Amino acid sequence: MRKKERSIARLLSHAVLVVVAAVMIYPLLLVVSISFSEEAAVVKNGYRFIPEQFSLDGYAAVFKNPGILLNAYSITILVTILGTAAGLLLTAMIAYVMSRKEYRYRKATTLFVVFTMLFNGGLVPFYILIVKYLHLKDTLWVLIIPYLINPFYVMIMKGFLDRMPAEVIESAKIDGASEYRAFFTIVLPLSTPALATVGLFISFIYWNDWWLGLLFIDQDRLVPLQLLLYRTMNTIEFYAVNSQHLSGSVDVTKFPSLTTRMALAVLGAGPMLFIFPFFQRYFVKGLTVGSLKE
Amino acid sequence: MYNMKSETIASGKPGISADGPGKPKRKGHFRRNKDLFILSLPALIFKLVFNYLPLIGLIVAFKKFRFDKGIFGSEWNGFDNFRFFFVSDNAWRVTRNTVMYNGGFIIITLVCALILALLLNEMSGRAVKVYQSALFLPYFLSWVVVGYIVLAFLEQDRGLLDHVWRLLGQEPVSWYQEAGKWPYILNAVNLWKTVGFSTLVYYAGIIGIDPSYYEAAKIDGANRLQMIRKITLPLLMPLIVVLLIVAIGGMFRADFGLFYFIPNNSSFLYSTTDVIDTYVFRALRTVGDVGMSAAVGLYQSLVGFVLVVAANTIIKKTNSDHALW
Repeated sequence: MRKKERSIARLLSHAVLVVVAAVMIYPLLLVVSISFSEEAAVVKNGYRFIPEQFSLDGYAAVFKNPGILLNAYSITILVTILGTAAGLLLTAMIAYVMSRKEYRYRKATTLFVVFTMLFNGGLVPFYILIVKYLHLKDTLWVLIIPYLINPFYVMIMKGFLDRMPAEVIESAKIDGASEYRAFFTIVLPLSTPALATVGLFISFIYWNDWWLGLLFIDQDRLVPLQLLLYRTMNTIEFYAVNSQHLSGSVDVTKFPSLTTRMALAVLGAGPMLFIFPFFQRYFVKGLTVGSLKE
Repeated sequence: MYNMKSETIASGKPGISADGPGKPKRKGHFRRNKDLFILSLPALIFKLVFNYLPLIGLIVAFKKFRFDKGIFGSEWNGFDNFRFFFVSDNAWRVTRNTVMYNGGFIIITLVCALILALLLNEMSGRAVKVYQSALFLPYFLSWVVVGYIVLAFLEQDRGLLDHVWRLLGQEPVSWYQEAGKWPYILNAVNLWKTVGFSTLVYYAGIIGIDPSYYEAAKIDGANRLQMIRKITLPLLMPLIVVLLIVAIGGMFRADFGLFYFIPNNSSFLYSTTDVIDTYVFRALRTVGDVGMSAAVGLYQSLVGFVLVVAANTIIKKTNSDHALW
């Protein structure tokens, strides 16, 4: 009886989840499939899930002139690596301090961090600060520094560290280890699930960012990948809208075609989507949001 | 909950008792906490510079800002910036859009994520991994890429949805020009992209529940629905409430990428897609009206803050354990 109830529940859950999973993945597959389609067929019939004719022309067009794309890739990779390393370290350091029950300024520190989640100055003061006072416009740093600490990730990190037994740290200190030593040689190695989860999130923030680029980057050599994608889309639109006004001097067929566009989207999202399944096993363990109160 | 207690317990711990009983001296406790304080210092300085310092910049909202004169050099102009915004139709339009969309997102995502998390909980380990990957996939795409994906569905004469729409015998629609369709589109796109993350947070919460509750319930003959209603949901409540309060605090803050890239910044759609954040961005970057942008930003921050405090107060009245502070 009980067993039967359980298996029915499981079957129903499977049914729902399979449908949901399909809905989640389908749009992505559509874009991938368009990117491998033949241009002429797409122009004639529109986007179809199953390509009428398989073709690599979309990608070939991207790699015919790879300079801009490769530059965007290297900017994004550099920013992602530097930002993730620095951000993860800073996040772990402050989250650890907030998780130490005997730390005297613990409540004050938590409030200081959480308050920024609830109240902030908005776009304009931030923009003025970066441009006028820190002079970071059109530098690599502006793509890294503003995202170093996200309070939400601090809370996730703290949630994990909260459950670390106090004895671990105490015994290290009895053995004569300093706070720094205890943190770097004992606490950090024990926090792999949280570091992996939060590290992955931070790296996605950097990889997927167009916002800082949109606000602060005008120089072509500093354009990150996602901003390049956005600019490409905009250019296409510009010519699509204005094609009849532009005299014969501009050959519209030379511009990124429909399949090339989707190939670009795949190239922009692809690398990270391959990385993320490897971090999966840490997720649930690393993703418990810490209490904001303590 | 136990914030008061923890300090008294802490002072009884080894390493701290060295100072003897009674209140430790001021200087003494800084020395004891110095190492931990230094560990947190880089992050504190970062927050100070990037989150607290800009608050001073909010005075720009009351100034006729000029870049060359800076924040302090620019002239005051009282409430002109606010007046300019609030007498236009824009104020009502962007506020309404922002609040309605966020309200919808909060409710829809919460319900869907909870259901999915409960369903995941019925699964064995390997199945969870597979579903989790699928659910999470869209979360890791940037809004720019999602913009391309939506285009594949909606592009005039070519999009897949456009195609299906006509197959169903409906009148052809220029999706990027028809404002009335966008509340549905944006809600769907947002749910698609964010539900995986919320599901996982709730699922992690469910996993963390002590299994002995369920065992006891089983012995008492409770069925699965009863266990969900009487054990899972009540124990998940604190997490739900915390995330809810934070979300309510963000009601006045829209996800810029969603509202900028997905409708493609199409001016035909502003009536249903323009939100405070896109409006501020355009005012700042396209129009260059810094003062008014700052005024709108301040309005946004203040109302958001009031909302958090109000939500927290109401929750505190009903159940103080669940309140944020």
